[in-house]
Amino acid sequence: QHEVDKLYKVESRPALSTSDQFCFLVRPRIKTMRYIADIVNADKMSGRSRKYKIIFSPQKVSLTVLCCHLPHVTCDEWSFYLLPLDEDIISMELPEFFRDYFLEGDHRWINSVARALQLLNSLYGPFGKAYGIGRCAKMSYELWRDLEEESEGDSQGRKPEIGNVFLMDRDPDYVTALCSQMVYEGLVDDTFRIKCGSVDFGPDVTSSDKSIKVLLNAQDKVFSQIRNEHFSSVFGFLSQKSRNLQAQYDRRRGMDIKQMKNFVSQELKGLKQEHRLLSLHIGACESIMKKKTKQDFQEMIKAEHSLLEGFDIRESTSFIEEHIDRQVSPIESLRLMCLLSITENGLIPKDYRSLKTQYLQSYGPEHLLTFHNLKRIGLLTEQSAGETLTAVESKVSKLVTDRAAGKITDAFNSLARRSNFRAISKKLGLIPRVDGEYDLKMPRDMAYVFSGAYVPLSCKIIEQVLERRGWLGLEEVVRLLNGNEFSISDSAVEDNPAWESQRVILAVFLGGCTFSEIAALRFLGKERG
Amino acid sequence: MSRARADEEEYWHSSKFRAFTFDDEDDELSQLKESKRAVNSLRDIVDDDDDDLERVSWSGEPVGSISWSIKETASSSTSSLEGRDSSLQKGSSSYAAFPKQVSSYSLSSLFKGRNKLPSFQSLSDALSDTGIKNYAPELRKPKADYKDYSSDWSPKDTVRRMQRGKVCSLERFRSLQDKLVLLDEAVAGHDGNVITAVLIFLKRTLRREILFRELEVRQVALCHLIHFLKETGEQKLLLDLLRFLDRTEEVALSQYREHLNIQDVEKRREFLKGCIGLPFSAEDTSHIQDHYTLLERQIIIEANDRHLESAGQSEIFRKYPRKASILNMPLVTTLFYSCFYHYTEAEGTFSSPTNLKKTFKIPDKQYVLTALAARAKLRAWDDVDALFTTKNWLGYTKKKAPIGFHRVVEILQRNNAPVQVLQEYVRLVEDVETRLNLATKYKCHDVVIETYRDLKDRIQLTAYKCKVERGSAEEDKINSILNN
Repeated sequence: QHEVDKLYKVESRPALSTSDQFCFLVRPRIKTMRYIADIVNADKMSGRSRKYKIIFSPQKVSLTVLCCHLPHVTCDEWSFYLLPLDEDIISMELPEFFRDYFLEGDHRWINSVARALQLLNSLYGPFGKAYGIGRCAKMSYELWRDLEEESEGDSQGRKPEIGNVFLMDRDPDYVTALCSQMVYEGLVDDTFRIKCGSVDFGPDVTSSDKSIKVLLNAQDKVFSQIRNEHFSSVFGFLSQKSRNLQAQYDRRRGMDIKQMKNFVSQELKGLKQEHRLLSLHIGACESIMKKKTKQDFQEMIKAEHSLLEGFDIRESTSFIEEHIDRQVSPIESLRLMCLLSITENGLIPKDYRSLKTQYLQSYGPEHLLTFHNLKRIGLLTEQSAGETLTAVESKVSKLVTDRAAGKITDAFNSLARRSNFRAISKKLGLIPRVDGEYDLKMPRDMAYVFSGAYVPLSCKIIEQVLERRGWLGLEEVVRLLNGNEFSISDSAVEDNPAWESQRVILAVFLGGCTFSEIAALRFLGKERG
Repeated sequence: MSRARADEEEYWHSSKFRAFTFDDEDDELSQLKESKRAVNSLRDIVDDDDDDLERVSWSGEPVGSISWSIKETASSSTSSLEGRDSSLQKGSSSYAAFPKQVSSYSLSSLFKGRNKLPSFQSLSDALSDTGIKNYAPELRKPKADYKDYSSDWSPKDTVRRMQRGKVCSLERFRSLQDKLVLLDEAVAGHDGNVITAVLIFLKRTLRREILFRELEVRQVALCHLIHFLKETGEQKLLLDLLRFLDRTEEVALSQYREHLNIQDVEKRREFLKGCIGLPFSAEDTSHIQDHYTLLERQIIIEANDRHLESAGQSEIFRKYPRKASILNMPLVTTLFYSCFYHYTEAEGTFSSPTNLKKTFKIPDKQYVLTALAARAKLRAWDDVDALFTTKNWLGYTKKKAPIGFHRVVEILQRNNAPVQVLQEYVRLVEDVETRLNLATKYKCHDVVIETYRDLKDRIQLTAYKCKVERGSAEEDKINSILNN
């Protein structure tokens, strides 16, 4: 009845069409607004009169409301907050979140997070306990409680299905996000980029001349078995599977008509499916291998592990320098530099200067801006000799007078905050001590996601807090992580350990999380029930 | 934390790290290759015709249908990441991990659950002709819901209403005091949209100096305003604000950033020249200076070379026509280009590598690496040789390199250097184990033999015999060594 003529992607190209109504379903972004404005203006210039409707998802942002003052344009919202990507992953699909909040200090998405929590709450009943760490986590939680109070409380009376929720900012743990991933799903993401639960495999993977887009989730029988495995186990598994497949097909030889008929009608489809999946994943593995051997992966992992553990720092720094000199990859070079900076609490000034210069020479002088942004966020800093914390603090306190802004904000946080990675690592035992070989096939802790070298900090925190049902005993760690932790239980919900829902945990990463962390959490889930 | 050397050795040799390598020799790779062969051989059996890969989207709808395209459109507009000065964004959506079991409400209930939340399904339904009734009314919410001109909401309540998506008129907040209370309430409420909305109002209704002064002591609000100004491109106001706050370096950076919007090279060059005087730190000023100088050079080189290329006289340009212009490329790339096309030129010209090295103070290591890569690509082995040969004061020549020789070998090998050339450099690799590895890998038999001889390792030498051809010079060599 509404007769959609055609669907277009919103871009800078003019939209040619004969219909006199345009409907835009977009994310609230300035860039998109500009495209739309261009289209509207182009129409105006050519004398076309049309009606336009813009639907923002998940919600309007004050910025974009300005655009709604164009003639013939009306705006609306579609509150689509959560996208289930898999049986145990939900995403809000807001890639701008990290930059907007952590770099620019803009709180615009906190409302979205709060609403998403509200949504989950109303669908799945009240959460038992809420834990969190980080400023953004705290704010989101507070806003959510605020919204919850006002609403009709229609989650009352609903049986709670989620036991606990854990809100975590990205910034207590940048290290994990900076490490090279070793689990299959992580490597696929690093190599091909998984977007919205699906990935594009090119001709070199499909062994044909087409590229295809593949959905990667628990439905893919092959994928679901290898996704969380360390890459070293994957080969064994795939070869085993292909041998089985071969055996299955070979059974055909001894069959009579009736059996063959049965085979074709019942089993063949499943086998074909499996065959297709297997060949895709084998192709993907090959691509990954090729890419890694080309890039000196082995040496890079060695450097990363050294940085995590804290020795051979000079060697690692030289490796990074060479990496930059060889113009291997702008992102990888930066990633390594940030890892060095965070684990070592900043680069020594000499190194900072020289690596920065070399980076600008290798990858382009405009990255001067990149370095400044990274410094602001605290990902790539210099060890400052002179300026002590107290000097900065007193300068700041002179400016900050009123109660609303009483807390020191993120901009100053990066000065006030020191990385403290080594101390935290020691306290939480993030670097496992192993006698003999670390068994990657039957791992005994979450460190397997990084070949046994390091337990992801974020996951470890989650594990510890859930175990202790609070932050008791972790005070030192919290201090090293710059505070902002909380642990709140809903008095209306009884803390009944017998309830099955208690076993369900919702972990929310504000700012994104890696597949390695997901794999580690799945491991934890399996281990602890 | 430093470990003793012995500890280190032990650490690295422990199988913890052998557990997984990416080396080609690995059994596991050949295992993989085997599985691939196995699977491929099955292709003949599997009938590919009707195996038309049915691509199904996550909601179960076949690809190509409207509902699938909608999702595509939405997700692809989500995926554009900012280009230039991007901070690291790894998987940077807000992810939530939700363990599987238990729920009697499947995840799809997220969508079907309640009327208030229009589901993905119903949108697609709406557009493909059924069930429109579910959705359309949402789009035409009663006006009353949106606009609210009733006058008596307090600042706190106003903020709350705004948080819940209701548009409120802020006009009634006339006095400065009221406005500030409103702003503080907005900040306390954590919702960035509300904060920005209030700021838009304040920006319009307050005198600049007052606004700036008040924001100076309100960090959170300040961040929001700065971000807003950046997004809307109100450069002038932004710079004024930053100057007021005495954030001179940010002023400089903000202005410098503008160069990215200038497409025309000449204009960009002019602009960069202007940037040199900006209040950067001393270090950054020299970077900006370099940027300007580099672009200036590139313009000259580009003009010259384009001329040369079209004139058709120069052999190198004929043999290796340029695929892209050198403008706006990083320094190292420019150096590579110069080593490729202008290697023999004297230091005086703008396009000579030595000139670039001098002007930009390129360290030896970088220079050698780049020159090597360029000459190797051209298969100019003599030039490569000359790079590493130095005459000492006695007149003897000696080979040395500021980068490890294993790197040299790697680069040569990547450019398919002949074994005789490779061999020379493998021989120079200091670390014995690496030398043996490389020599064996690239079949530099002489080097292997010599090394085993030096190590006095008869066993390995004998074992190596089977790797060389029967009756070859290498075999003779081995035999003669073994017999002595």
